[in-house]
Amino acid sequence: MSDATPTPTATPERPQLPAQSPPVDPAETAVAGDKAAGAGRLSWWRGDGGDGAKRNLGLIGVLAALIVVGAITKPDLYGDPNWVWNNVLAILQLASVVGVVTVGMTFVIIGGGIDLSVGAIVALAGVWCTTVATQNYGAGGMIFTALLVGICVGLVNGVLISYGRLVPFIATLAMLVAARGLAASISNKQTQVSSSTFINDIAARKVLGIPILVYILGAVVVAGWVLLNRTTFGRRTIAVGGNPEAARLAGINVRRHTMLLYALSGLCCGIAAIMLTSQATSAQAAMANLYELDAIAAAIIGGTLLSGGRGTIVGSLLGVIIFATITNLFAINGLSIEAQNMVKGGIIVAAVLIQQFQFKSVTRLLARNRVTTAT
Amino acid sequence: MALPEDDPATASAEAAAEAPLVEAPADTVAGEVVLRLTDLVKTFPGVRALDGVQLEVRAGEVHCLLGQNGAGKSTLIKVLAGVHQPDSGLVEWRGEPISFANPQAAMRAGIATIYQELDLVEDLSVAENAFLGHEYRRFGFIRRGSMARHTRQILGRLGHGEIPPGRMVRSLPAAGKQIVSMARALSHEARLIIMDEPSAVLAHDEVGNLFRIIRELTAQGIAVIYISHRLEEIREIGDRVTVLKDGRTTAANLPARDTPTRDLVSRMTGRTIEYVFPDHPTDDTAGAELLQVEGLTRTGEFADVSLTVRAGEIVGIAGLVGSGRSELLETIYGARLAEAGTVRMDGKVLRPGVGAAVRAGMGMAPEERKSQALLLGEPIYRNVTLATFGRYARLGFTDAAKERAEADRIAETLELRPRDVDRPVRTLSGGNQQKVVVGRWLLGGTKLLLLDEPTRGVDVGARAELYQVIRSLAAQGVGVLLVSSEVPEVLGLADRVLVMREGRVVREAAAGELDENTVLDLVMAGSLMEGAPA
Ligand SMILES: Nc1ncnc2c1ncn2[C@@H]1O[C@H](COP(=O)(O)OP(=O)(O)OP(=O)(O)O)[C@@H](O)[C@H]1O
Ligand SMILES: [Mg+2]
Repeated sequence: MSDATPTPTATPERPQLPAQSPPVDPAETAVAGDKAAGAGRLSWWRGDGGDGAKRNLGLIGVLAALIVVGAITKPDLYGDPNWVWNNVLAILQLASVVGVVTVGMTFVIIGGGIDLSVGAIVALAGVWCTTVATQNYGAGGMIFTALLVGICVGLVNGVLISYGRLVPFIATLAMLVAARGLAASISNKQTQVSSSTFINDIAARKVLGIPILVYILGAVVVAGWVLLNRTTFGRRTIAVGGNPEAARLAGINVRRHTMLLYALSGLCCGIAAIMLTSQATSAQAAMANLYELDAIAAAIIGGTLLSGGRGTIVGSLLGVIIFATITNLFAINGLSIEAQNMVKGGIIVAAVLIQQFQFKSVTRLLARNRVTTAT
Repeated sequence: MALPEDDPATASAEAAAEAPLVEAPADTVAGEVVLRLTDLVKTFPGVRALDGVQLEVRAGEVHCLLGQNGAGKSTLIKVLAGVHQPDSGLVEWRGEPISFANPQAAMRAGIATIYQELDLVEDLSVAENAFLGHEYRRFGFIRRGSMARHTRQILGRLGHGEIPPGRMVRSLPAAGKQIVSMARALSHEARLIIMDEPSAVLAHDEVGNLFRIIRELTAQGIAVIYISHRLEEIREIGDRVTVLKDGRTTAANLPARDTPTRDLVSRMTGRTIEYVFPDHPTDDTAGAELLQVEGLTRTGEFADVSLTVRAGEIVGIAGLVGSGRSELLETIYGARLAEAGTVRMDGKVLRPGVGAAVRAGMGMAPEERKSQALLLGEPIYRNVTLATFGRYARLGFTDAAKERAEADRIAETLELRPRDVDRPVRTLSGGNQQKVVVGRWLLGGTKLLLLDEPTRGVDVGARAELYQVIRSLAAQGVGVLLVSSEVPEVLGLADRVLVMREGRVVREAAAGELDENTVLDLVMAGSLMEGAPA
């Protein structure tokens, strides 16, 4: 490109034009000058994929639409800034537990897998950490137990999938059934009340006016974002999910990494178990029911490719928040759960359609414009 | 994506006024014009892939398209095949302006295409792939019998009657897949067959076969558009040549046989490139033995292979596709488990697994770029550093700035275009993707390079650069084990050559002691289907 300097040759030739003849977009010329700076600016909005930023804009659009719907249906409530702030906090608190699970799920899906057992792991970790024996060790013991159970069950998933070569769908489906069964037998199908005030306070307390659960969600999201975007672990995750064979031939230990991904998902479930136990001040084998579906749906809405290799934490977070907002919207309008579920289904489809549509249509419009100016 | 600053129409008109298109007298070909393209323009976000292309193809001719990597050849044929829609410009097909809304429309009109990247469905049979989209049907049921019969007949015509029509495509070696996609093109009643680098995965004798078929087709008045980076092939099979540069036609309808190579290259690149191999070092500079392979065996792939590579030495392996070369390389690299034999690096036996090989300093550029090497949706720089990002990382945190800088350096040496390393690899042309695959291991820190068809699809200019880079790495003490279907490449680049046939090394000699014909004779007894599991 840069070396397309005119060279005298024996044959008549077209005059040498600059390599990228008429510049197609202004940013492209920046690349020729200051590569690093120009490239950084370019990749943020560029329409040809790779970056999730533009998809996230679509999600924010969906969110805005939901808020507008809320404002139209309940103008009196939305006129009160105090209520709005509290409602935002309520939505975030509602999103917090599933949000934590979704971060783990996002890693697993980007890494080319799926984890159907998250809800069951949350239940098992919740039940295990609220047994009388565990509660004797106090809040520290309970937290430790929940995290350890989560990681261990995740590791079992991971070993079965990466070394036992089970299909992720099957392995985690089996784990879903088994972990719930184990939780039921440990708890004797009873609800186990948490007597630790420290644990129970997590959901009840606010710091600086914001619930602690929201801080936990924030911490997990930030940690997840850094892990995915700034560390070798995240890079390997994308490589393993995007093209396992290429990752293997580049020297990445694909199996070990796959195993670690499920352990990470298990860890997130452990954290979620503490949060949920704290919210209910108790745990039981049926808790966190169908969380796997919420988490998967949120990740997919957030632009995570179900076949692996692509996805963003921010997108997943937005997905979870969109779901929580819908639930909230229905609650303040006093509508039934059934209606809510039907709308949720519709929203999933609509969100994905909107994301696919927006930038394609923009580029198509531009292209059409160009044709008309050219002719 | 802002609108272009210049109106493209006036821009190209100006250019045309300043230097009229070179056009040779077209008396060499008699047939009527079947296809004419005028001022074709196609843009992708940020790239003007076609920027005023002129092309004229006549019935019964082999029209060659030449151009550097990224010049727009594949984009052009995708427009003809209905995959892409042009932004502006005129396509005239058999005298009438036409635009193909989709690939089916182009096929119905009589244009069949063999794409640069294989587009077969791996889990369907050979016959199902050949007739994909236009199966023989009766009352909605597929007529397997007649499809299989017809497929067998086409394969026979292609000189590969031994490929069973019922065989799953997944189980075929790369060259076999290429045959199937040719069979697919022939299964249509096409008036124009477009071949985008069909010879890139074919061995020498297969190319001969391909040319025989092309001659049969043109004798029936079918037109062929042929794309290749190998000028010898264009001289042998082509009638006329159209040269593209940066999405424009820089020369049209040159006689394929008599146009001097220098002219072709300068029209393609805008400069003169000496297409030669770097000099071999005059004295023996190779160091200690780096790689020692003893008695390596995998049943059905290769048997009892022993070889050594010294530091600073380039060892070439010549052999047909299916002679076990790629499998051997992958086994040395630990990607396949050896049944017998040992691999030593620096005298130490390697544990199985790619990880151990990479830690010991090996790097391999695999044969199939898409399935084995690239993360298509990821940016170029991340693909270049896929094997090394851990090395630039600190405490597990990646250093994207450093990675970009390293990738940029590689992009510059290998003439990657566009040079923007943040672009997803998917949007690169085939040859440029190949440069990314090879570039990955040129970053330094590699002691032994295993290169499997490193120049597949790479244009003349970049190829010369790549040879230089490989040679200079060797001069720095890196050992290189090179597999290539192009015998001149093996002979020109390597210091020592091993010839493989049917999974065994049949000859080992210094490169200077062998010539092309000797190697070809040694290599020939193999056949395509060997090496594939039954
Ligand atoms: N889908 C796409 N999106 C964006 N840019 C693209 C896309 N496809 C091709 N390009 C760009 O268009 C230009 C022409 O690419 P094309 O594949 O036609 O080159 P080519 O002449 O076939 O090269 P090669 O010899 O390497 O196969 C390149 O700069 C490439 O990066
Ligand atoms: Mg191409």
